[in-house]
Amino acid sequence: MSAPRFQLWSSVGKKLLTGVTGLALMGFIVTHLLGNLNLFVGSEAFNGYTEALHQMGALLIVAEVGLAALFLLHAISAIQVWRDKKKARSIQNSVVATKGPPSKQTAFSRTMIITGSILLAFVILHVAQFRFGLFGGLEYKTMIDGKEVRDLYRLVVETFANPAWVAGYMAVTLLLGAHLRHGFWSAFQSVGLLDPQLRPLAYSAGGVFAVIVALGFFVMPMYLFLFATVNP
Amino acid sequence: MTDAENTRSYKLRIWRQPDATSSGRLVDYEISEVGADASFLEMLDQLNENLVKKGEQPVAFESDCREGICGACGVCIDGRPHGPVTHLTTCALRMREFKDGETIVVEPFRANAFPVVKDLIVDRGAFDRVIERGGYISVNAGSAPEANMLAIGKDTAESAMDSAACIGCGACVASCPNASASLFVGAKIRQMALLPQGQVERTGRALAMVQQMDAEGFGDCSNHGECEAACPKAISIENIATLRREYLRAAFRS
Ligand code: HEM
Ligand code: FES
Repeated sequence: MSAPRFQLWSSVGKKLLTGVTGLALMGFIVTHLLGNLNLFVGSEAFNGYTEALHQMGALLIVAEVGLAALFLLHAISAIQVWRDKKKARSIQNSVVATKGPPSKQTAFSRTMIITGSILLAFVILHVAQFRFGLFGGLEYKTMIDGKEVRDLYRLVVETFANPAWVAGYMAVTLLLGAHLRHGFWSAFQSVGLLDPQLRPLAYSAGGVFAVIVALGFFVMPMYLFLFATVNP
Repeated sequence: MTDAENTRSYKLRIWRQPDATSSGRLVDYEISEVGADASFLEMLDQLNENLVKKGEQPVAFESDCREGICGACGVCIDGRPHGPVTHLTTCALRMREFKDGETIVVEPFRANAFPVVKDLIVDRGAFDRVIERGGYISVNAGSAPEANMLAIGKDTAESAMDSAACIGCGACVASCPNASASLFVGAKIRQMALLPQGQVERTGRALAMVQQMDAEGFGDCSNHGECEAACPKAISIENIATLRREYLRAAFRS
């Protein structure tokens, strides 16, 4: 038999992949949350922030394509893990139960494929809506420092004047929190970083992280709905 | 023998399957006068005596040492490998853990890589084939060295010993929602990666054992951590973290 080689699509390779992409996506989601805090400041702050991003030019395109690739790699490897699980046990026992601690099996860990799939559908909709103006608003312009720039703030505020969008986004936010409740510590474990001392730390930190990220995105649509107005 | 007031009765629902190719089903049994101190396997023995007396086929299950060290026993009890108590083998589980009159569901360790042979007996040959791909030292390590010639730190020695405590029962696979063998394979790989004797074949071992684990049809790990709770030897999922580090390390060394 020829010497086996490292395979990215082996069981362990896939975990390294979901872990690395999961860590990178968490980095992205924190950046995204921090950037969006400008929404709380107002039109100029937010449009100034998005304009600064657009000023990056080609670099922004590279970052966007990179992000899309991250999402895709994460989703494909995670879906593959789920498909292999289906293949590995075709007959289920009639009773299945957890043994409890130290097991980390929870409703969160069992529903990663569901929360993840909804997140994937959401991300596609979200990018189409605000980046590519699927429901209009791409033509909104405003002036910053005497320069005409895209008025993304207006599109965002107009979108979240609609209670249906507010409710939808808030619901997805909770699913993101659920995904991160298991995902945070799991990603560190997947890339082999956790030992018995670090594990409880990472698990607790994951709870805090999930709540902070979910809460941050949760209050945004509600705040905009209640308090934000578009400048005339 | 236990005194009369300390005996219990149970309703049992047990997976019966005549052979590997037939389909199986759960069959209901009743059993009484089970001693609280009886082990789970002794309770099954008692059931089998009753069945034989009635001219029925006894329930097939595996056991050998009956003291928690060989790894032969193992069934899913109410959905949990080795029963409700963490870090225990089925043979070490006592009937006092179950309430009088309770219904107990007994099913085999379930995974496609562990095909049912008969009733509660599964073929765990997949583990042997994984071990054959590197769960040993095949370079000549010489004759037994002078004591203390090979300096190994106490922490390292203990940690390797913790990994080596695996008895190969397969509860990790049975408990895993994904039917992954990551804990079993991780423990073997860590045990030898920590010790000097394991260094020569370290890279090839990680690659070959993972390749075989995948070929056997075990699932991938989702870090549920259920295996650690089900493991009679409390082997930590730290071993799975090591498995990933060792596999990644091999990517740069092969
Ligand atoms: C904002 C977006 C997302 C973030 C921050 C995120 C984060 C994470 C993290 C950190 C993990 C743990 C990785 C590991 O255990 O190796 C994970 C796992 C997972 N993710 Fe995501 N994820 C996101 C989007 C998605 C999407 C779009 C899918 C699409 C299907 C998905 C499906 C999954 C699944 C199924 C797992 C579990 C993998 C397993 O069972 O091993 N996630 N995610
Ligand atoms: S019979 Fe040996 S461990 Fe249970």
